[in-house]
Amino acid sequence: MSTPALLLERVTCAFASRERQGDRYTAVKDTSLSVRVGEFVSVVGPTGCGKSTLLNVAAGLLEPSSGGVRVLGEPLSGINRRSGYMFQAESLMPWRNALDNVVAGLQFAGVQRAEAETRAREWLARVGLSGFEQRYPHELSGGMRKRVALAQMLILDPEILLMDEPFSALDVQTRQLMENELLDLWSADRKSVLFITHDLEEAIALSDRVVVLSAGPATRPIGEFTIDLPRPRDVNEIRLTPRFVELHTQMWHVMKDEVLKGYARSRKN
Amino acid sequence: MREAERISAQDAPPSSAAAALPRRTGQRASRARLSLYHALLLGGVFIFWYVMTEPGLIPPFYFDDPTRAKFFFGQPIEVAKRIWSWFAGGSIYLHLGVTLIETLLAFAIGTALGLVLGLWLALAPTASTLADPYIKAMNAMPRVILAPIFAVWFGLGITSKVVFGVTLVFFIVFFNVYQGVKEVSPVVLANARMLGATGRQLLRYVYLPSATSWVFSSLHTSVGLAFVGAVVGEYLGSAKGVGYLIHQAEGVFDIDTVFAGILVLTMCALILDFIVTRIEGRLLVWRPSASETERL
Repeated sequence: MSTPALLLERVTCAFASRERQGDRYTAVKDTSLSVRVGEFVSVVGPTGCGKSTLLNVAAGLLEPSSGGVRVLGEPLSGINRRSGYMFQAESLMPWRNALDNVVAGLQFAGVQRAEAETRAREWLARVGLSGFEQRYPHELSGGMRKRVALAQMLILDPEILLMDEPFSALDVQTRQLMENELLDLWSADRKSVLFITHDLEEAIALSDRVVVLSAGPATRPIGEFTIDLPRPRDVNEIRLTPRFVELHTQMWHVMKDEVLKGYARSRKN
Repeated sequence: MREAERISAQDAPPSSAAAALPRRTGQRASRARLSLYHALLLGGVFIFWYVMTEPGLIPPFYFDDPTRAKFFFGQPIEVAKRIWSWFAGGSIYLHLGVTLIETLLAFAIGTALGLVLGLWLALAPTASTLADPYIKAMNAMPRVILAPIFAVWFGLGITSKVVFGVTLVFFIVFFNVYQGVKEVSPVVLANARMLGATGRQLLRYVYLPSATSWVFSSLHTSVGLAFVGAVVGEYLGSAKGVGYLIHQAEGVFDIDTVFAGILVLTMCALILDFIVTRIEGRLLVWRPSASETERL
């Protein structure tokens, strides 16, 4: 068994409650999770179950209350420099055009401007945005902004990709296009991916393995499924295969109660 | 209709150059019409002023003496003549130059101080909590009271006016920068950190550009206040400057000269504000539509 690319060991995250002093809200409890090198792992769970918290811990943006993170065997402290992060919300710098946004990471690393720009142009071309270098984020459509964010992350060639519902704000058609593009880019060099989503279909279509989380608070994994669908996949076509439907049914069976619990809780608040 | 156009333009950004062309000519036409209305309004005000103050033009209805209105409110033609003789004779340039130098110095120093201190306090929570009540107190203080004190401390020359102007400009820029830094999107910030930005790089490439739009909205107000600082300072004690001219004229009830001074100052303030707007438009091209609404 080789060292996993990313390993979360018994991670617990508790936040001080805002309503009542001294009270704690435990978002994630005793969760262990591993991503093997070159593996595409998705985490699904009902809304508000602490999926993003888990990802922020893996990125080093959030320090867990207890437990730890290992990146390729080394304990993580501070920002996870070996990973790239794709956010759910708008993360591009609005005052920079597409090219300068993609350049940013290289610029921070001190790469020469001319070289950084050449590489950024290449990456924009790879995500299909040649000719849009000078556009500012507000001049791009939602899908285009996600492509820029993807290029911005991938240009640094991170070993691990952390993705927090990156396509959830897109319409269904754009989303499936982006999913296919992500799979294409991923299959080129098989990075390790931890992909967060609330969409079971998206998780199955993309992943090698899917982890299902319970509803919050004190979220923990309640099921794990290996997706043995053949690659390369087309997210549109694969949804129609019998094996996909079978997996979906199994996982939905596990998830259903948790979704209802999460829904009941959100109604109560 | 315009709203709908803008939304669709945002949704489908590529190749909108062809569609933008007729819209731009339409915009130009409406802007020309707007300028015409502006000129008409201004002309109307001056005509009203003229009609109300010219002796014997309309029967007196408030003052018994027909020349009384002229005495209190001045006359537009006299005011124009005064301004013309100032500029043609060259006597205004020294005074205007002094006032402008005071204004620009107060503006530059106040903005720089506000920017630096705003950034620092916004990013240093301890210093911020320590300074908070004092900054609020100093902002709440009616600072016009300070002008005579500054005249005592710094003399009747330029320095006292600049210092006074700085106290007016500083707080506006400071609070805007502070707010601007606090409102930086946490996602953009986290993203920059994940892309490997160091603390200094975050300051330069994220906080500073993000705060600029706030700074610029404050600059419009601070240009005006820098002028107020200079003129009030001159008014209270000086031997040069447009404020001094106005003060002298008031001393001999020369209302025409007072109004002439006020008009000259207003024009200067408008020109400075125009320059700020131009620079703003150049620097903030990335901002979605604020510059468009600004131009209207």
